[in-house]
Amino acid sequence: MKGPIVVVGAGQAGASFVSRHVTLGGDAPVILIGEEPYAPYQRPPLSKKFLTGELERDRLWIRQPDWYGQNGITTRFGTRIAELAPSQRTVITDSGERIGYGKLVLCTGSRPRLLPDALGGSLDGVHTLREIGDADRLAERLGGSRRLIVIGGGYIGLEIAASARKLGLEVTVIEMAERILQRVASEQTSLYFRSLHRDHGVEILESTRIVRIAGRDGVARRVELDSGETIDADAVLVGIGALPNVELAEAAGIECENGICVDEACRTSDADIHAAGDCTSFVRNGQRIRLESVQNAADQGDLTARVLSGHDDRYASVPWFWSEQYDCMLQIAGLSQGFDRAVIRRNSTSGGQSVWYYTGERLIAVDAMNDTKSYAFGRRMLEMGMNPRADQVEDEQTDLKALLQAGMPK
Amino acid sequence: MVKITWKIAGKDDITADIPIGNTLMEAAVDNNVPFIEGECGGCLSCATCHVFVDPDWYGTTGAPGDFEEDMLDMTEVERSPTSRLSCQITASTELDGLVLHVPIPD
Repeated sequence: MKGPIVVVGAGQAGASFVSRHVTLGGDAPVILIGEEPYAPYQRPPLSKKFLTGELERDRLWIRQPDWYGQNGITTRFGTRIAELAPSQRTVITDSGERIGYGKLVLCTGSRPRLLPDALGGSLDGVHTLREIGDADRLAERLGGSRRLIVIGGGYIGLEIAASARKLGLEVTVIEMAERILQRVASEQTSLYFRSLHRDHGVEILESTRIVRIAGRDGVARRVELDSGETIDADAVLVGIGALPNVELAEAAGIECENGICVDEACRTSDADIHAAGDCTSFVRNGQRIRLESVQNAADQGDLTARVLSGHDDRYASVPWFWSEQYDCMLQIAGLSQGFDRAVIRRNSTSGGQSVWYYTGERLIAVDAMNDTKSYAFGRRMLEMGMNPRADQVEDEQTDLKALLQAGMPK
Repeated sequence: MVKITWKIAGKDDITADIPIGNTLMEAAVDNNVPFIEGECGGCLSCATCHVFVDPDWYGTTGAPGDFEEDMLDMTEVERSPTSRLSCQITASTELDGLVLHVPIPD
């Protein structure tokens, strides 16, 4: 390889890449380029303990900022890449500086989907959350507000709803689908979270669309619903999904389809360019998917470092995910999309429960609410390709550890 | 600040001063302790901050909590009688001098 490894994007995937590169003692010099003016930090707390002020800024670092230099990584934080020039193995910054590479790793992440301007998406007081700057602005807004309206009942919206309740705001969540979390979870899990939020005083309006956010003097004041109802608000949070940042790759002629297409070794259609994290899409069980999660970003970043160090690795992680809302810890292993059966298992010790998803006889995912035991054993079973019988799983008397051990190769 | 030592088979020990209140997972990552990752940020979802507490210290750190206990069944290196997830141990004056052994995957 001639030239350094250039990593574009300093989020979780970029951080995991350089961490593994250092651990493996990689010879190639690495330049880590990030648009935000900070070293990589953890995003998950931004909607939770960071937003409520329970976690300080300096505890968000994935690695201490001086770690990179100490470990021979050149960093260029606060630098935006405007263009890739693969034929010259070069990336070009927005100030026109050209940085050559031997290998390029794209960790460009994703960005929140915005509400169109015509619906009031650009009014002051309308927020999205992705970066630390977004969290600072949202926290400041919530501090002076009585009422928050959350548009979109997905994880980010629900986490922020829970944080805003903790801060003492009145909160309404508006979801256009029949139920919150519809895109990502079963009816049982949606039901659990609907009750959890209602018990904490959040108003949840499902099957409800917004007509627009109406403002005065450029500031959001109320949200008009398709039911004809109007709700006053001091702050609006839009959590309606994320879009992969593929523009640089696309403009450079790299194959993209709902993300930068990568194979099992995180290679793109250009032999010298890899990609990792939220910006990628890949084939899993015959379907092209895109994941927005710490697990995927960390594992793909890690894998890419191994591949560039000459290891013949293939991505085969079972996806996992977590969310925290009030006193509920949700942990998910696997992907439940396409399930045809879901069974509930109670955990009377913890007061929690889990939902086990099947396609036919095949276990595909577990959602665990305050039930780490089911998450831990379910994840192990998924990793081993085990398919415990649904009627056994459903029965709380079945010992999951024994079930796992019975299925292990001797 | 309290002194914490990580022992890593075949490598030099790492000893560092850790601010009171930080978790020992954060402390390990900040001090480049190998094999300790803490991917989930300390919310008991990844089990990548597994340590063996030195038996002399296990009485002081105490035993794992319920959720932690469940996650200890899915560590990469099999658990021992003094296994803990270091995200669940917070640096405090009682732990000054604590010794942790880092599990090494095959």
